Amino acid sequence: MEGAVAVPEVIEGEELAPTEKPLTRVPLVLNRRSYGWLTERIAGAVENRAPRWWWVAFAVTAAIAGFGLFCLGYQISTGVGTWGLNHPVGWAWDITNFVFWIGIGHAGTLISAILYLLRQKWRTSINRSAEAMTLFAVICAAIFPGIHVGRVWMAWYLAPLPNNYGIWPNFRSPLMWDVFAVSTYFTVSVLFWYTGLVPDLGTLRDRATSKIKKFLYGIFALGWRGSNRHWRHYEMAYLLLAGISTPLVLSVHSVVSFDFATSILPTWHTTIFPPYFVAGAIFGGFAMVLTLMLPARALFKLHDIITLQHIDKMAKIILLTGSIVSYAYAMEFFIAWYSGNQYERFAFWNRVLGPYWWYWWVGMLFCNALSPQLFWFRWCRRNVYVVYFVCMCVNAGMWFERFIIIVGGLHRDFLPSSWGLFIPTWVDIWTFIGTHGIFLSLFLLFIRFLPMIAMSEVKTALPESDVHAQHPAGAMEKEHA
Amino acid sequence: MANFFPRWSNWLPLKLAICSFVIVCGLTAGTWYYVTPKYTKVGYEPIQPVPFPHDVHVTQLGMDCRYCHSFVEVGAHSNVPNTQTCMSCHQQVQKDNPKLEPVRTSWKTGEPVQWVWIHRLPDYVFYNHSAHVNRGISCASCHGQINHMSVVADAKPMSMKWCLECHRNPENFLRPEDQITNLDWKPDDVNPAEFVGKYGKPAGVTEDWSKKTHLTQREIGQTLKERWNIQTSENCQACHR
Repeated sequence: MEGAVAVPEVIEGEELAPTEKPLTRVPLVLNRRSYGWLTERIAGAVENRAPRWWWVAFAVTAAIAGFGLFCLGYQISTGVGTWGLNHPVGWAWDITNFVFWIGIGHAGTLISAILYLLRQKWRTSINRSAEAMTLFAVICAAIFPGIHVGRVWMAWYLAPLPNNYGIWPNFRSPLMWDVFAVSTYFTVSVLFWYTGLVPDLGTLRDRATSKIKKFLYGIFALGWRGSNRHWRHYEMAYLLLAGISTPLVLSVHSVVSFDFATSILPTWHTTIFPPYFVAGAIFGGFAMVLTLMLPARALFKLHDIITLQHIDKMAKIILLTGSIVSYAYAMEFFIAWYSGNQYERFAFWNRVLGPYWWYWWVGMLFCNALSPQLFWFRWCRRNVYVVYFVCMCVNAGMWFERFIIIVGGLHRDFLPSSWGLFIPTWVDIWTFIGTHGIFLSLFLLFIRFLPMIAMSEVKTALPESDVHAQHPAGAMEKEHA
Repeated sequence: MANFFPRWSNWLPLKLAICSFVIVCGLTAGTWYYVTPKYTKVGYEPIQPVPFPHDVHVTQLGMDCRYCHSFVEVGAHSNVPNTQTCMSCHQQVQKDNPKLEPVRTSWKTGEPVQWVWIHRLPDYVFYNHSAHVNRGISCASCHGQINHMSVVADAKPMSMKWCLECHRNPENFLRPEDQITNLDWKPDDVNPAEFVGKYGKPAGVTEDWSKKTHLTQREIGQTLKERWNIQTSENCQACHR
């Protein structure tokens, strides 16, 4: 801690009122926290002994992840028959989970790339963990298309590798482009995340107390010394990566939506899918960022760095994207009526009143369309319990939405004789729960070994970093006093 | 804690990058060359119970492939001759040759000679000999110049890519149906006037091919492909049933 601790660790209530000028911006880091305090608080989360709750949480999530991996092994060794897939529902929880997880990643890329290019400084408090979340979500997502092919050892067929069979992937297939989109996305996200980590790894290396830590952080810090030249190269690299990542925010989920949109099934064959999926992905992603960050904020006492202002802004993005998604839902129904296509109309009546009716009423209508509307109210955006409730609704709702799109489109075939339902097996259910275990275990490891907030970037948001800032009247005297 | 990375470690990442690049390229190239059927299959030359010299029988004595492999034109499987086929000559010719001892034993006991299978496809590949030899594919296209081999060896990789090379462009391999078992056949052997008189020309060709001094393989192949309406399948189920 700093020498003189004038303020308590956590200050409850609204941020300090801007006293100096009536229209001064509310600072992003509250209570005039210094560079030193930020380093101590953020690096301390990595350097101090792991709190007891961390061990309990990690034991639980690792156990779930382990059982999930067992389910994967069981499915691979026994065959896809261990899942409930059958005619006519050939895609169910596997692809639902894939789209669910890949969507979650999008918030991280949006925060790290688009908000960076738009000079939104508030991103600095959340971008590191959101990017980590992106990577872990994409890892969870990548499991499903890999294993749902049935013969996972043939998954390399997805890649256009020259081979002895003289065969080549079908470049007209959106499934092929899905592979490219997701693998590009993962690669660029890793690079972006890692590049951003380098200055902070340098900090951790310099503060390391044991040889092993010093060695490992030293290796990954790539000899960072924080010289002017280093910063110049670093910032250019970061800017370039932000530019490369920005189209990926839009392209990845657009390509995922082509998996459905290029087919001929009612409810799948629709041109609204790419923007609808992208908005849904950012919507679900921000909900997951808040799901992870609100507990982390409370447990590591980061209230001055992740302020109510940050939560408020993320809630607004959830409100915006949730409303876009709701518009898309409504437009699907409108087009079903307006097209006059009897199959399309049937499919949407079936969505609301068919065997999966409650998935729609609870998942899509209540969780996705209605619950974010609470964020029209400032009080709701700034009450962490309300925010958490809405985020949990959105997390669940977005999974239900994907399930309704996928299974809802398949279970009522054109021929009524081939109608059927999807009944998940225990392997289906535990593989999905297991990916949550993998996701949370990776996230818990991340917050133990890497700074969960970009220290160097948050410091740039402090008033003393702004060389053009006007000193508030009397501030100099106060500091010298 | 002081900095404990020595000065030479500054160049280590670059050295590691170059080394791993070289190793990865080397492994890829090595795998490409040594682990593919071009290397693992071609040249496979097992020792047979009887060293049957194809060059002597076909080139010197002028026997036709179908004398021994008698069902190749009617069956999916091209048979290896039974002992009776061998003995129809070797009862009189070379009847005391010690190399033929396994054949004579087989003749006495009725147990077939245990020939070693060379051109063996995986069990999930269904290849039909009759479908190919009746439509312009020579024995030599797959088995090489067996008529010059004293010991039979695998001449072609027989990988799926190799199969598809022909299924994608059959005109590079088709020949007149009476030249299937003529393993020394060359496109230059074709008399253009005779060929055009018998098979015609592909649609759209205005040039008079019968006036040419010789025809190329592609010209012959295209003519035959059209004449016989050859539609090579690239569907998986064509071979993997």
